Amino acid sequence: MKTYDMAELAVRNLRESILRNSLTTVGISVGVASLVAMLSLGIGLQQLAGRRLQKSGLFDTVVVTSRRDLRGFNREQEENGPAPAESPTLNESARQKIAQLPDVLEAYPDIRFITELHYENKPYLTMVAGLPFSAKNNDAFDGMQGNFFSSDTANEVILQKSFAAQLLGKMPKTGGEEASVIELAKPLLGKQLTMRYAERTATPEAGTSTSQSAGTAYSVVSREASLKIVGVSDLDPDSMRGQARARVFMPLKLAQNLHVMQPSDLRDTTNLAGGMPAYTTVEVHVKSPTQVQPVEDAIKKMGFNTFSIVDATRSLRQFFAVLDLFLGIFGSLALAVASIGIVNTLVMAILERRREIGIMKAIGASDGDVKGLFFAEAGVMGAFGGFVGVALGWTIGRVINLGTNVYLKRQHFPPEQIWFVPWWLVLGAIAFAIVVSLLSGLYPASRAAHLDPVQALRYE
Amino acid sequence: MSGVFRSTNPIAIRIENLSRHYRMGDALIRAVDGISVQIASGEFVGLLGTSGSGKSSLLNLIAGLDHPTSGTVVVRENDLAKFSREELAKYRLHTVGMVFQSFNLIPSMTLLENVELPLRFAEVDRNKRESLARQALQRVGLSARLRHRPTELSGGEQQRASLARALINQPQFLLADEPTGNLDSQTGTEIMNFIREFNQTLGMTIIMVTHERALAERYASRMIFLADGKLVGDQPNAVSATAGHALGGGS
Repeated sequence: MKTYDMAELAVRNLRESILRNSLTTVGISVGVASLVAMLSLGIGLQQLAGRRLQKSGLFDTVVVTSRRDLRGFNREQEENGPAPAESPTLNESARQKIAQLPDVLEAYPDIRFITELHYENKPYLTMVAGLPFSAKNNDAFDGMQGNFFSSDTANEVILQKSFAAQLLGKMPKTGGEEASVIELAKPLLGKQLTMRYAERTATPEAGTSTSQSAGTAYSVVSREASLKIVGVSDLDPDSMRGQARARVFMPLKLAQNLHVMQPSDLRDTTNLAGGMPAYTTVEVHVKSPTQVQPVEDAIKKMGFNTFSIVDATRSLRQFFAVLDLFLGIFGSLALAVASIGIVNTLVMAILERRREIGIMKAIGASDGDVKGLFFAEAGVMGAFGGFVGVALGWTIGRVINLGTNVYLKRQHFPPEQIWFVPWWLVLGAIAFAIVVSLLSGLYPASRAAHLDPVQALRYE
Repeated sequence: MSGVFRSTNPIAIRIENLSRHYRMGDALIRAVDGISVQIASGEFVGLLGTSGSGKSSLLNLIAGLDHPTSGTVVVRENDLAKFSREELAKYRLHTVGMVFQSFNLIPSMTLLENVELPLRFAEVDRNKRESLARQALQRVGLSARLRHRPTELSGGEQQRASLARALINQPQFLLADEPTGNLDSQTGTEIMNFIREFNQTLGMTIIMVTHERALAERYASRMIFLADGKLVGDQPNAVSATAGHALGGGS
């Protein structure tokens, strides 16, 4: 019998016992739905974690330091590389060279300094750091009140929540509940802060320099700048820094233009770098975590120390592979139960249609025709169940996602997509349902094919 | 006793020392017990005997539905015992057509679909299939009942549809197992006239199982008698040659 005819006959046979076959198909649908819902949540969570990590910039960042600082991130580099005194200075020209390496998105200097900020005539001492404009998309600003800097040179600052609390005199008591960022931001947004800082200005060398002083002469001048508070961030954008964490952030370009005296400037008074500013740290953003290693190697070759968290992504991916596997197994359990339903339905159908099978054989159906017919019936139920199941699983995933977001909203968190159904899952789940159904149909189909026609025709 | 071949036509079926034994508990049932008979092409054979005499068992063996315990059924020089299951299915599909006492139409299908079914197994093209089935049903006078299901029809109509189905693949043999057993005499006559027509106009070889001697005498050209699985009589039917024609449409 032709495949098309077989499928057509299978569908009409299934329609004959519509209730029983529908129930069996619903069983398959529920199995497929649980599989799709589980896996779509697993995949969604994996993507969420991936997005978060990508946004946090932890995994596509290489931190570059000069060996001249004598504070390499690991001892091995210090022992193997050139001696600190012979290694290059991490200055603007080095930064530009790094920025031109393949797969590097940007390389910016880390500028941070301790300074005094005045708010409502009261001084506050804190660490200020420059933030590149690209940090706008960092997830640390997800729950931020106010706005990110209007431009890369605007006289604006973003405060970390705890510093905002300090300005308002609302420091949380130990064990007490922290004030919400919304509360803290209200009175502060739009207000001005005055920053006092030490500016490094190059002094003309006229007459003062001797043949021994080959470096750049500069003087340090105390200055004041007025800065507008544009945002209060809930999370800590500088959490990687540990001890040197800044609590006030200004646009990086602004920080550079202010020529604030850096701790490294003192050391650089003795080197031959000329008028070029030197940095303690340069942060390099790479296109994707997979390109971190080659970029890191290239920078190391230039004679700098580097640091990145590459291995963490690998183990994270492994964790999600295991999670997906477990979710998949749990999802498949329901499908396994459904497959028993198919076997049951088809075995019942053989009993019911014994005579029909006998007739078909008497008028010329081969074993293959009968087997194929039962097989096709299992396949059709599988395909229907697969389609309905995917739709059901998609809906379940969506509902869970919606519920989670309602909960997140109540907890004052931004909404998240924790569920994702990729195309391969849709097609894979339908194919899986068909394969499982066909496997379940194997036994009933071969039993039907080997039915003795004489016995079957005698059966009333 | 061995069947004697008297026709001048070539031999179509040669049955040699055929036996079919069943085991039922401790008892051995000899449904067919050492039968040898030859049937010529174009013959109309009436297979007679009482209930349990083995006539249906013999018919099933000729139809290739059952396997003999011993002996052979040779149809057009092909030994059925040597056929694979697949070959037997093909033989049932193309060489023999079967008609049963209880019609054996598939209740969930319309008449058209029932008649079309052997064509589906024969992988005949969809459009051709429908027109052939229509023609076959028209031939037995059921063109108005194409879309009816068997349960919506009378016994006679069902048996006519089953005749149409048996003929659809143009087989050489029509094997009929008590074709009028469930019908009143008038409808039975109608059916028998169709069968005789197939025999006479299409040259089909008919083997008809019946326990009604009168029916066999009226239509068959030869009568084979079975008792306890053995062949106990084989005679040409002198009556039918004249009676059949004399009766014409059957009365």
